[in-house]
Amino acid sequence: MTAHLQFDFVVDKENNTMTVKREFDAQRQLVWDCHTKRELLDQWFAPKPLTTKTKSMDFQNGGHWLYAMIEPAGPEYWGRMDYETIRPIDNYTAFDGFCDATGALNPDLPRAKWDVTFTEQGPRTLVHTVVAYQSAEALQQVIDMGMKDGMTSTMERLDELLVSLSKR
Amino acid sequence: MDNYQASLDSIFHALADPTRRAVIQRLGQGEASVSDLAMRFDMALPSFMKHIGVLEVAGLIGSKKVGRVRTCKLEPTKLAVVEKWYDDQRAIWDARYKNLDNLLNNLKGK
Repeated sequence: MTAHLQFDFVVDKENNTMTVKREFDAQRQLVWDCHTKRELLDQWFAPKPLTTKTKSMDFQNGGHWLYAMIEPAGPEYWGRMDYETIRPIDNYTAFDGFCDATGALNPDLPRAKWDVTFTEQGPRTLVHTVVAYQSAEALQQVIDMGMKDGMTSTMERLDELLVSLSKR
Repeated sequence: MDNYQASLDSIFHALADPTRRAVIQRLGQGEASVSDLAMRFDMALPSFMKHIGVLEVAGLIGSKKVGRVRTCKLEPTKLAVVEKWYDDQRAIWDARYKNLDNLLNNLKGK
């Protein structure tokens, strides 16, 4: 397998921001493609045991990606990512959002802004993602929603899975 | 769920204020008396007591009075709600990126 890959996850609670930095053992073009092409996104975006299903993808300024994360038992969680700016293969910015299967956004839920930057590091690629909520209240709504729709219990099972995997 | 909702509301209200966040941060280093805290934040005792009250109602801090000195300390359990959410997010990113490692390895092999 590959050598150690950098993974930093930093939370800024005052600014309601998460910063994720992760190295990948692949060329930048390939890593960019995996973030921007539907058939590739479908193969990694949802954490196991969930899977990803793209309904539509329009990767351009003002376009959006409509997708679902699906539990093995059936429940689906629909989301859409609205692309604001795209600079291949350096950076894109987007707004995430909760929606239904038709892509109609839930107007009651806030959206976080994603700023994703791709940098070459020799043969590797660093992906630097900043996810920012507008306020503590906005973040709270998202947390509440997660508890209501059962996503949280899924994540708790995921936690257990990760613990059991890391013990192997 | 309703209790949980109410407790989240009070936590986020409490954390929305910079002085109260600073008090939390200070108490993270150890307990402190109310008068020391008020002096540190350069605030009159009555208005500072209001902040302490909000933090106590949210369950973020606890206080006890010994003689004439009221001492505050962090109550870590309530903070854990937000903490837990961020932990979950970290787990999600870690898991999805492991998927991506596998995908990239497959794609490179082609």
